[in-house]
Amino acid sequence: MMAYDLSPLWLSLRVAVISTLFVFIVSLALARFMSRRDFFGKSFLEALILLPLVLPPTVIGFGLIVLFGVNGPLGILLEQWFGFRVVFTWIGAAIASFVVSLPLMYQSVLAAFEKVDPRWENVARTMGVSEWRIFRTITFPLAWSGILAGLILAFARGIGEFGATLMIAGYIPGVTETIPLAIYFAYEAGDMEKSLFWVLIVSSLGIAAITWVNYWRKKTAVRIGRE
Amino acid sequence: MLQVDFKKQLDHFSLTMQFRLDKEILALVGSSGSGKTTLLNCIAGIVHPDVGEISLNERKFYSDDQKPLKIQKRKVGYLFQDYALFPHLTVEQNILYAVPRESAIAHITELTKILGITGLLGKYPHQISGGEKQRVALTRSLAAQPDILLLDEPFSALDDANRDRCQNELLRIHEKWQIPIIFVTHRIADAEKLADRIMRIEKGQMTEETAR
Repeated sequence: MMAYDLSPLWLSLRVAVISTLFVFIVSLALARFMSRRDFFGKSFLEALILLPLVLPPTVIGFGLIVLFGVNGPLGILLEQWFGFRVVFTWIGAAIASFVVSLPLMYQSVLAAFEKVDPRWENVARTMGVSEWRIFRTITFPLAWSGILAGLILAFARGIGEFGATLMIAGYIPGVTETIPLAIYFAYEAGDMEKSLFWVLIVSSLGIAAITWVNYWRKKTAVRIGRE
Repeated sequence: MLQVDFKKQLDHFSLTMQFRLDKEILALVGSSGSGKTTLLNCIAGIVHPDVGEISLNERKFYSDDQKPLKIQKRKVGYLFQDYALFPHLTVEQNILYAVPRESAIAHITELTKILGITGLLGKYPHQISGGEKQRVALTRSLAAQPDILLLDEPFSALDDANRDRCQNELLRIHEKWQIPIIFVTHRIADAEKLADRIMRIEKGQMTEETAR
């Protein structure tokens, strides 16, 4: 097998790591909020968060172009405030990954928080402990296995994002060429060997991710049943 | 002194509570779903009454004309049914969870000795028996030196020998600490042995029964 430019691997990892970092923060805050509050329109808000799971990637890409394009409201703001563009850059790819992996992470974190017995938090409150410390020392550690499973799923989804990425970031070799794009355009060019190379790489990452998720699910079951 | 005078609408009836409690032990008896745990939760601040007032030693926990006092500020020791020990922390970490470092160590050491759990400090909750969990949970609820102690069916998971032992320990603690204690039980014998006062709650209505 001939040597290939590995830039798609590094770019995919950069995109997935950064999008997963933001997904982690946002989904933690969202799931915490949604697991504790009931309000008018909650179901609608939840449907919006989960929408990317059921929409075709091209629709997500279209929505991102409308929002972040050079004439889109967020695109104009980002260019005016920070001086950078989202379309046709790796940041666009990271935003696409963020949008598609957020619902996966959100669902995992919400389920993990709901598994934490509210009595543990209440008993800590009666002991005079602050809400932040309860979250840090009780809720988060007891939900950690589910959160980690969500992180791995979100990371794997971020690595594999194709349709929305192609629409907002385009295909610019060395700039926005992630692994899925490299596979597609190598195949289009008839370079099956290169396609296969990247298919094997991304499949290996996927298998490793799923193996981790299964391992941690088993550990979670043991841990929650500890008491 | 604990003063309770409130109403709260539950699914099938209205919980109406009115009583005063000095530094005594009060047993709450009554069938399941009659409102006993809701009363404890209202005192602790986990749920709030619809109308009325709850105060302890002149501190208003709940009043119609002000915001409810936060759970964290009520200084309530609460032993939940099934104990609710933190499963990822050792017995020692459970007990010291809310205790400021280097303070009250003598008081905790004394408690662990009284309740006979010194040998369990390094163990996790899943490694100890039901009776031991009960004693650990009781120690934990007393560790932060509460002004009132609420116990929700503290003896339900214990065999006869452990029940006797725990009850005697509770009496010793009460004698030493002199704080109001309210405990929920299904067993009249437990109530008669421990309580200065017994209150029966049925469908949200309370009636006071015999004294010890």
